[in-house]
Amino acid sequence: MSRISLDELADVRAGDKGDTLMLAVLPRDAAAFRLLDRELTAAVVREHFGPVVTGQVRRHVVPGLPAFVFRLPGVLAGGVTGSTILDGHGKTLGFYLLTLRLPLPDQPG
Amino acid sequence: MVRMTPHTVRLGAGAGFAGDRIDPAVDLARRGSLNYLIFECLGERTVAAGHARRLRDPDDGYDPLLGARLRAVLPACRSSGTAVVTNSGAANPAAAGARAAEVVRELGLPPPRIGIVTGDDVLDTVRRLDPVVWETGERLSGCADELISANAYLGAEPVAEALDGGADLVITGRLADPALYVGPLMHEFGWGAGEHDLLARGTMVGHLLECAGQLTGGYFADPGTKPVPGMARLGFPYADVDRNGMAVLGKLAGSGGRLDPRTCGEQLLYEVDDPAAYVTPDVVADFTGVTFGQSARDEVRARGATGRPRPEELKVTLGFRGGWLGEGQISYAGPRCLDRARLAADIVRERLVSVHGLAAGAIETEFIGAAAAFRGLLAVPEPAEVRLRVSARVPTAELAGAVGWEVESLYTNGPAGGGGARQDRREVVVVRSCLISRAQVAAAVRFLEPR
Repeated sequence: MSRISLDELADVRAGDKGDTLMLAVLPRDAAAFRLLDRELTAAVVREHFGPVVTGQVRRHVVPGLPAFVFRLPGVLAGGVTGSTILDGHGKTLGFYLLTLRLPLPDQPG
Repeated sequence: MVRMTPHTVRLGAGAGFAGDRIDPAVDLARRGSLNYLIFECLGERTVAAGHARRLRDPDDGYDPLLGARLRAVLPACRSSGTAVVTNSGAANPAAAGARAAEVVRELGLPPPRIGIVTGDDVLDTVRRLDPVVWETGERLSGCADELISANAYLGAEPVAEALDGGADLVITGRLADPALYVGPLMHEFGWGAGEHDLLARGTMVGHLLECAGQLTGGYFADPGTKPVPGMARLGFPYADVDRNGMAVLGKLAGSGGRLDPRTCGEQLLYEVDDPAAYVTPDVVADFTGVTFGQSARDEVRARGATGRPRPEELKVTLGFRGGWLGEGQISYAGPRCLDRARLAADIVRERLVSVHGLAAGAIETEFIGAAAAFRGLLAVPEPAEVRLRVSARVPTAELAGAVGWEVESLYTNGPAGGGGARQDRREVVVVRSCLISRAQVAAAVRFLEPR
């Protein structure tokens, strides 16, 4: 089975609330939405971010856009006021999600 | 200049944060045929920082750019009859109102009726109630840091009340950002607090517009996948809203940027952790049924938000004195640059602890250019250059200065080839959050009489 980068399928926007990172994932077309609906599960996103996630990752679907919203608690350890690192808001971390590679079902024929 | 159709109200986004550009708002004021021009200029840290300024000077504490923004847009707004709504009052809406009146006098304009919204300052109330602080899980009285401010998020009602009272310029402190937009809609269409779906639709419009340029291609552009034309002259958006909350989003012809379902989709979900429950003081909005349709070039129809009753508690932003942040940076390039930067970090870390007495856990080191932003999640090959950043939050200005000093002293005492050392230190305001009953918060509206 070949693999495809999320960067080829979707756009992403990051937001923050305390130490929780929010990632909105917007598939670029209907085929990408179907693939991501199946493959981009909360478990896969949690695995990609590894031990920095401290709680349950939740996925919401907004079918009319379409889009997915992921909520990743603990990623921003301390939030913007608890840490002195440059991007305390984690605004750049959306593009880390785009480095995720997903299984691409083999095309028939 | 005001639009002749009585069926819709046009709300324009004049600013999406305290430091936003001014010229796009001037363009909207001059040729946008707006009924309302709205400036969202207040972040959580901005309001706390405003309180820190007000403690030094009782006549300060409002947005430092308020005067410049009003000076730029009021001539056009006063001649077209466009009302202005802003949360630039920050920590001192009354002083901001006085400053606004001064600007009007300097410009020689017909004086507007200025409505001032207060009541968000709940410092004494939280001291009395001693609520649990979200970030610490403990009661407020258990926080060791010095509390300097507490501001409750007010809803749209006091804005509508000020407009009902004839205000042409409404200045508030802490208010939920979308409420700046919902207030004029409540005033125009007589929406009540119980009309959840209408308030949710208005809240959706407010949420889409509150970050201004983020709806028209700002914070969206990516040269590879999402090109945006004319970003140096990005046009800010407006919305035409009818009494049923149906909205059409637009931007001015000839301005830069783009407005389409993709820019709207990203902004709808920005900083939303549960699209089924976007909580504001006015309503709990459900965005999961929202759809966007392109109705013309740079024109989008938005529909599908629904609402549930507003929460009984209001969110409060607490501001604390948080000591000082000290930082230093230095670059290394070429062969073994990452190794040399790591050696430099080890030297600075050891000296900050042994010579200056910092706690080891307070010191952060980042290797900019080697995926520092990804916090160790991504392994990178040897970069062509790397910039070490050392930072620490410490109790005093003197200790904060030591951080940059130790980085700079690497020049003659550290690894080979370090260059471009810089240092900075600044006072820190820490913000945290809590909830209090809305019964404990009394919003108030008063009017400045023209002099």
